[in-house]
Amino acid sequence: MSGRVLVGVKRVIDYAVKIRVKPDNSGVVTDGVKHSMNPFCEIAVEEAVKLKEKKLIKEVVAVSCGPQQSQETIRTALAMGADRGIHVEVTGKDYDTLGPLQVSKILAALAKKEEAQLVILGKQAIDDDCNQTGQMTAALLDWPQGTFASEVSLENDKVKVVREIDGGLETIKISTPAVLTADLRLNTPRYATLPNIMKAKKKKIANVKPADLGVDLTSRLEVLRVDEPPQRQAGMKVETVDDLVVKLKDAGKV
Amino acid sequence: MVGIFQRSLRLRTSLRQLSFHGSTSSTDTLSSLVLRGRLFPISSPSVFFSTHRTLQAPNDGPKSLSDTPPPRRPFSRVTEEDLTFFRTLLPGRTITDPDLLESSNVDWLKSVRGSSEVLLRPQTTEEVSQILRYCNSHNLAVNPQGGNTGLVGGSVPVYDEIVLSTALMNNILHFNDVSGILTCQSGCILENLSLYLEERGHIMPLDLGAKGSCQIGGNVATNAGGLRLLRYGSLHGTVLGLEVVLADGRVLDCLSTLRKDNTGYDLKQLFIGSEGTLGVITAVSILCPQKPKSVNVVFLGCETFEQLLKTFQLSKRMLGEILSAYEFLDSECLNLLKTHLKLQNPVSDCPFYIVIETQGSDPNHDEEKLHNFLEEAMASSLVVDGTVATEEGKIKALWSMRERITEALTHDGFTYKYDISLPVERIYQLVTDMRRHLGDRAKSVVGYGHVGDGNLHLNITSPAKNAALLAAIEPFVYEWTAKFQGSISAEHGLGLKKRNYIHYKDLLQPEKHPRNNCSIQEKDRLKVVSIHRLYIVHVCHLCDEYI
Repeated sequence: MSGRVLVGVKRVIDYAVKIRVKPDNSGVVTDGVKHSMNPFCEIAVEEAVKLKEKKLIKEVVAVSCGPQQSQETIRTALAMGADRGIHVEVTGKDYDTLGPLQVSKILAALAKKEEAQLVILGKQAIDDDCNQTGQMTAALLDWPQGTFASEVSLENDKVKVVREIDGGLETIKISTPAVLTADLRLNTPRYATLPNIMKAKKKKIANVKPADLGVDLTSRLEVLRVDEPPQRQAGMKVETVDDLVVKLKDAGKV
Repeated sequence: MVGIFQRSLRLRTSLRQLSFHGSTSSTDTLSSLVLRGRLFPISSPSVFFSTHRTLQAPNDGPKSLSDTPPPRRPFSRVTEEDLTFFRTLLPGRTITDPDLLESSNVDWLKSVRGSSEVLLRPQTTEEVSQILRYCNSHNLAVNPQGGNTGLVGGSVPVYDEIVLSTALMNNILHFNDVSGILTCQSGCILENLSLYLEERGHIMPLDLGAKGSCQIGGNVATNAGGLRLLRYGSLHGTVLGLEVVLADGRVLDCLSTLRKDNTGYDLKQLFIGSEGTLGVITAVSILCPQKPKSVNVVFLGCETFEQLLKTFQLSKRMLGEILSAYEFLDSECLNLLKTHLKLQNPVSDCPFYIVIETQGSDPNHDEEKLHNFLEEAMASSLVVDGTVATEEGKIKALWSMRERITEALTHDGFTYKYDISLPVERIYQLVTDMRRHLGDRAKSVVGYGHVGDGNLHLNITSPAKNAALLAAIEPFVYEWTAKFQGSISAEHGLGLKKRNYIHYKDLLQPEKHPRNNCSIQEKDRLKVVSIHRLYIVHVCHLCDEYI
């Protein structure tokens, strides 16, 4: 086994930022808005780095698909402990329509090319909430998948994954190579410390184009419209129970 | 408090002679209002405030003075007739329900409790004026209250004063986005003002941990410092105008929105930091800086306090104009955060931690400066570890290591808080000396604060309130501070708890008395003048010289 882990990291609008819909309802405003690494991707990077620290794997490679700025996200992963990065350049219209299907094709191609033992992703991105990339990647590679992982342990050439599901926790054992997606309670991502941030500046980020990987980026989806959720109506205070009944009747609720 | 104004004829005549738009008619009244620090020395024999009582001389034994409240002055008590007037003036906003009064009678630290029976919530300056006019003529004491987040027991009544809350005076009146001047009523919550301004590309010039509850009127009344003072200066500089209702109900309109105005006395400066003793602030106009496009927060670990100070010098040199905050905390603070709030240490364990914030208009420029600074700091071993945050979520997380210490302390036990200004090299020495002095008697002794402004927050905890421990702490801490010419209240104010200690700033040895032939050794030679909780002005009995 190569002992190499591929970690996907996505550059998304920072979770603390207030989102605004573009006036033409075609999407959300991204210009000049603070972006950062998807929180679940941070957890994925942390898990990969932990595995390397336990000497269970040898190399952590951080991958991101997007425009030039995605390199910042890869740098953050490098500062957390990843060894090298791969930036798959996707810009303009292609980037606007980039979705789980395209990304999973890219990741599948890279996983094969890099002979990865594991692909660890965040369970979903906080901008589109798709929760599809991990699953699609596993299907394209025909690899087993351990999704919504809240605990991961490597046992020889098998992986034991504890999954968070509706009914509670499910423990499965899958063979490698495999795809894992990280859930919230898998770990607490470390802060990138100064010595590592300095070191990260010297680590390599390779530049790759989707065409080089033989991936077709055409999207099967078309976004028709993006709207804000309906504004919450202000509540009303009433003085007596009778007032309440009158108001309820007026509103047609009683 | 209003009763005092009623009797302070001298002050009223002085103020009347000073026209409110600046020029004064008589030089006599000028000299009677010469300010030294915050006190008003009167060189004429008549006393400033006619109520006075003798007080123990400062060096009369180690007994702590902050526990003994002043006696209740002969104000009237609230009658049904008074309540009827208030209820007519403020329908639905005159509160007498004890449950609802509870939160206005107890301070945020739950350390002092008043017994007010009436809470008034005016919405306009006119209503405040009418309330004060009525109370003045009926000899009723009034306690102005904003967000009730003060830390020196100054925001709640001492006895049964009527609480006048500005909570409903929360309208933003005007914002000029060319000059950046915001005009608002005094009951606006600081965080709400920040959010309003952020949507318009500006920020408030001050920021403090209590921002979610504190009101701008209260901030101005206490001359709050906060986390951004290093960059934007104090409220004395950023407040451009005030509208204040005086004790007798007259409205003092100094609500200018001019950046520069040198026509006569800058009366509003009197009210900034007056802690609600000179009037009720009803509106504020304040100069707001641009919202920075780039904010970075750095959390660093240092081995020694000297290295921390050297890092401060380095940061000023290399970060220059983008430096906006320089705070520190010690390892004990971090332990409290870990224990009580389950916050993890972003870096490895060190004796001291620094929080540095930069704010600027160009992310690339700032990042480059920051990286150069960090490289230099690490290369010269001034810092042993650190982490950087550029994203809002992580920035909030790093700031909470500093902002939530107050919260963690409340979980640790009963807290004794000291807000001291000292020469910056001496700041941590007080903490180590205090630890040595108290030994096992205290549970935790921690130091943190605005080291960039020379301001230490020294906090001591014990499982429960302990008079013996308090006696060991005070006056040791005040004497220590006075020895190094520090201030016993850098930004929190005096309130109830520190009112007896103002002399530690100004009362020097007898040989420094203005007239050499007068000695102030016996306690009854000191005629002491005091307001309910704020100041004790020592006036020498013999020569009526203020000391």
